[in-house]
Amino acid sequence: MALSVKHLLGIKDLTPEDIQLIFNTAAHFKEVLQRPIKKVPTLRDTTIVNLFYENSTRTKISFELAEKRLSADTINFAASSSSVKKGESLIDTVNNILAMKVDMVVMRHSATGAPHFLSQHIDAAVLNAGDGINEHPTQALLDGFSILEKLGTLKNKKIAIIGDISHSRVAMSNMYLLSKMGAKVRVCGPPTLIPKYIKSFGVEVSYNVRETLEWCDVANVLRIQLERQNKALFSSLREYSLYYGINKEMLDSLNKEIIVMHPGPINRGIELSSDVADSQQSIILDQVQNGVAVRMAALYLLAGKKSEIHEE
Amino acid sequence: MSQAVRTIFDKDQLAITIDRLVYELAEVHYPFENTIFIGLQPRGVFLANRIVKTLKKQFPDLEILYGELDITFYRDDFNTSSDNLPIAKSTNIPISLSGKKVVLIDDVLFTGRTIRAGLDALLAHGRPSEIELLVLIDRRFHREVPIQPDFVGMTVDAVGAQKVRVQWKNETQEDEVVLKEHEN
Repeated sequence: MALSVKHLLGIKDLTPEDIQLIFNTAAHFKEVLQRPIKKVPTLRDTTIVNLFYENSTRTKISFELAEKRLSADTINFAASSSSVKKGESLIDTVNNILAMKVDMVVMRHSATGAPHFLSQHIDAAVLNAGDGINEHPTQALLDGFSILEKLGTLKNKKIAIIGDISHSRVAMSNMYLLSKMGAKVRVCGPPTLIPKYIKSFGVEVSYNVRETLEWCDVANVLRIQLERQNKALFSSLREYSLYYGINKEMLDSLNKEIIVMHPGPINRGIELSSDVADSQQSIILDQVQNGVAVRMAALYLLAGKKSEIHEE
Repeated sequence: MSQAVRTIFDKDQLAITIDRLVYELAEVHYPFENTIFIGLQPRGVFLANRIVKTLKKQFPDLEILYGELDITFYRDDFNTSSDNLPIAKSTNIPISLSGKKVVLIDDVLFTGRTIRAGLDALLAHGRPSEIELLVLIDRRFHREVPIQPDFVGMTVDAVGAQKVRVQWKNETQEDEVVLKEHEN
C-alpha cells in the first residue's frame, strides 16, 4: 500500500483509500506520541524545509514537531525575514534551497496554487500547508481524524461547517474530504460569505445557524478571515457575532450533545464564545494534538514515495 | 509459485516444541513477576499469543504480562528497499519497560535485522533490566548482524532463497512450519 500521489497538494487529488491510509498511519503515530520516548528514527536521512510565506502558529509548530518526532532534519524559512524581501522569486528561492539537498518542502503561501506550481518545477515532494483560499489538506485530515476518533466513522455523519466559507481553505479541504469519506456536509454562514457555486460540491447550504446546529453531529466553526476580505461583506463583527456566533446557551438548548471544532486561531466572542471554546463539547485541543500525528503520517507516506519515483 | 520442500513441524510436533519452550521460560522466569513477553508484529504475535496461552494454562494463578511491538518506524531500509512502503501495525505495551525482564518473541530469525530494529523500538518504552530473544525457527546462516537467540524451537539450515513459513491454524489450515523454495 502506498499513496496514489507524489505530493500532498490538496484533498481534491486524494482517493478515499489514500485518506484511510493516512488515518490508519496517524493512529500508529498517535501511539508513538504517548511513549516515554516520543521519537522514531524513520526519516533520519531526510531533510525538510518549512517555507512559510504567510504567518502561522499551529501549522508551523505542528509540522516542525512532526518532522522532529520522525528524526528528520528541518530548516525553517519565514518570508518576512529572508531575501524574498530583496525581490527574489519563489522558484529562485526554492531552487537555492534545494541546491543544498533538501528532500521535502512544506509550504504555506498566500497565493492560490503556489505549491502546485512548485511541485511542477522541483524534484522534492511538496506538502501544502495552506495556499490562499484554495486548500489546507493537513487541517482537513486532522479534522477528519479527530471526528473519526470521537464518532468511530465519518460515513453518514452530519458535519456542519459554519462561518466564512468563501475565504476559507479549511472549508474547501474539509468539504472534499468529508464527501469523499461519505459524510453529509452542510455549510452555514451569511449569504455574502457563501459562494454561489458551492452546491456543485454536493453540500447543503443554510443561512440559519440555530437550525444547522439542530441538524448536525459536529459543528466545525471557522474564523472570519478579515485579512482576505477586501470589501465589506457584512456590516460589523458585532452583527456577525449576534447572528452567527455560537454560545453555550445555544448548545444547551439543543436536545443532543454535538461536537464543536475550530481550526484556530479563535476570535473569542465572535464566532465562538469563550464558554463554548473551553467546554466539554469542544475538541479544539484534541485537534491540535492529532495534528502532529496526522502530519507525521503524511510526511512518512510521502517520504516513502520518494524512493519509488527515483527508481523508475 | 512457491513449493514446499519439506515440513519442519507438523501440528503435533509444533505443540510439543511450544510446551518445551514454555518450560524453558518457566525455568528461568518463574514466577514471572518482573517479566514481560513481547511479540513482534506481525508474525511473532501469533507465536507470542500461543506461548502466553500455554503459560496461563500451566500457571493459572500467575499474572503473565504481555505486549505487542511494531518495528516499522525503526527499520533500517526505509527509502532504500524497492519494496512497497511498509505499513505499520499496532504497538501495545501496557506498562513502562524500565527495570523489567523482556522476552522478545518472533517466529523466524534470519538476517537479524528485524530484531535489531525491535531492540531500538523497545528502548522507546523504557530501559529494561534484561532483554532475551525467543524464536521458533533459527535459520543458522545469513545472519547480517551479531544477534543470537536465547530460546530456540529448532535450528534450521536453509539456503538464501528458500523461505521458512510458519502457518498458524485458521479455517482452512492446521498449524505447521514448512521450508519452501523462494516465494514470488
